[in-house]
Amino acid sequence: MNPVRTVFRRELASYFATPVAYVFIVIFLILAGAMTFYYGEFYERGRADLQPFFGFHPWLYLFLVPAIAMRLWAEERKSGTIELLLTLPITMWQAVLAKFLAAWAFVAIALALTFPIWFTVNYLGDPDNGVIVASYLGSLLMAGAFLAIGSCLSAATRNQVVAFILTVVICFLLLMAGFPLVLGFFQTFLPQGVVDAIAGLSLFSHFQAISKGVIDLRDLIYFALTIGVWLYATAIVIDLKKAD
Amino acid sequence: MGDQTMIETSQLTKRYGAFTAVDSISFTVEPGQVLGFLGPNGAGKSTTMKMIAGFLAPSAGSAKVCGFDVETQPIEAKRALGYLPEGAPSYGEMTPRAFLEFVADVRGLSGERKKQRIDDVIGRLQLESVLTQSIDTLSKGFKRRVGLAQAILHDPPALILDEPTDGLDPNQKHEVRALINAMAADKIIVISTHILEEVHAVCTRAIVIAAGRVLADATPAELEARSRYHGAVSLTAANTGLAREALARVADIDSIEIDPQNHRITAIPKKGRAIFVPISEALKSQGVDVSELQLEAGRLDEVFRSITLPQATEARA
Repeated sequence: MNPVRTVFRRELASYFATPVAYVFIVIFLILAGAMTFYYGEFYERGRADLQPFFGFHPWLYLFLVPAIAMRLWAEERKSGTIELLLTLPITMWQAVLAKFLAAWAFVAIALALTFPIWFTVNYLGDPDNGVIVASYLGSLLMAGAFLAIGSCLSAATRNQVVAFILTVVICFLLLMAGFPLVLGFFQTFLPQGVVDAIAGLSLFSHFQAISKGVIDLRDLIYFALTIGVWLYATAIVIDLKKAD
Repeated sequence: MGDQTMIETSQLTKRYGAFTAVDSISFTVEPGQVLGFLGPNGAGKSTTMKMIAGFLAPSAGSAKVCGFDVETQPIEAKRALGYLPEGAPSYGEMTPRAFLEFVADVRGLSGERKKQRIDDVIGRLQLESVLTQSIDTLSKGFKRRVGLAQAILHDPPALILDEPTDGLDPNQKHEVRALINAMAADKIIVISTHILEEVHAVCTRAIVIAAGRVLADATPAELEARSRYHGAVSLTAANTGLAREALARVADIDSIEIDPQNHRITAIPKKGRAIFVPISEALKSQGVDVSELQLEAGRLDEVFRSITLPQATEARA
């Protein structure tokens, strides 16, 4: 069997070996639901779409995804299993990819379990399901980007709390880079080109673009590149830090 | 092509900044040899093993496992090697069976061969009773055995075991040594240890390293011959004073030591002289009542100290 698949399966199973995974999923579902109905005014808006639901995902992910990512490599380093894993006949790149994909699959499972809200909105009205599918895709891609960032920072330390905090900070900065508030601040002293570049770096702008229902190749490339670059950095960091 | 079957290091070096952990270590190990890596903690034993296993990249030099360079052909080298990392790490939330199946899958074992290999290592390391428990809940001895099982699972031609008996009780140590001896005939085995009796029990060859350098490379018997106790005679007599008088008549004795606790007498010969027969004759002719009389091969712990701490022994002498 392909080693990536084997490591992927082991990793994914390890999430469900402890109650933590179930707690995570329950918290995710409760928060996603609560935010949609209370803060998103799902009913009051009187519109059949899931904009209030997906609008909160970046903020939910900001804390929940780093919590998953923090253990990816920090735990392997702490328990010494990294030495076992990397001396099996598997390349570094395969190991990094397999562990990342397992974490991503776990988030995908949590996200898929929000399906009742899709049923609800279809029962109540006549939403544009194409937009909803695109939004789910955008949400998953954003989670993947967060996870890739978390994977790299998890490799940099054997302390999971440090990995968590660093990941939250970097993800927060990448999110905020797309907000009018921040861009307005930069606009006061930077040329428009640089401000556009900052906005272009933002996870938030690309997520918003996709969740409007327009799947633009540029947004897909942005997410693929973000994930790729951070995973590449993960492999480099592991190589550098292996000896400690 | 002799080197297709060997572990071979050439000028293997690992530096961390200005600190050199492993300094130009070269050796080859052939099938049938069990090489013991001896050295104080921090001598570079584990670092050397990690480089051969392909976990750490060497700063200079190279290592080959069965003809495969660990840097340019890492996957082939790792396939040929079974490796027990220091501390025998494994995934704690898994059961030994799930863990072994995972390792078998990554190593590409499948079908009947996979089942047969897993059953074989479970039997050899006596893991039947704990197969369905999570590894986290196992005793230190069982964890170590799970680590060993993982290392020999694919029946590799070369094995590197970093402190394989650390944390085991005397019975378990005995079993692990028996296991190593049983595999020794057709495999290349490198173990590290700081337990000197282990060198006797399993190794056909010992390399002593300290501060990253090879200080000695010899068979255990050759190492013992370097001891000043090599050829010494120890005895326990009912009357220590009488025994000392008898020993005073033996010309080739260099010095006599008496253990203050049990009054055991050790007579150390002058270099190259045999004193066992003269001593036993002197004792007999003096009518000394001896409860035990023994010829010593040499003391490895003393050799170990004198090799790894030359300054300390000089100061004492």
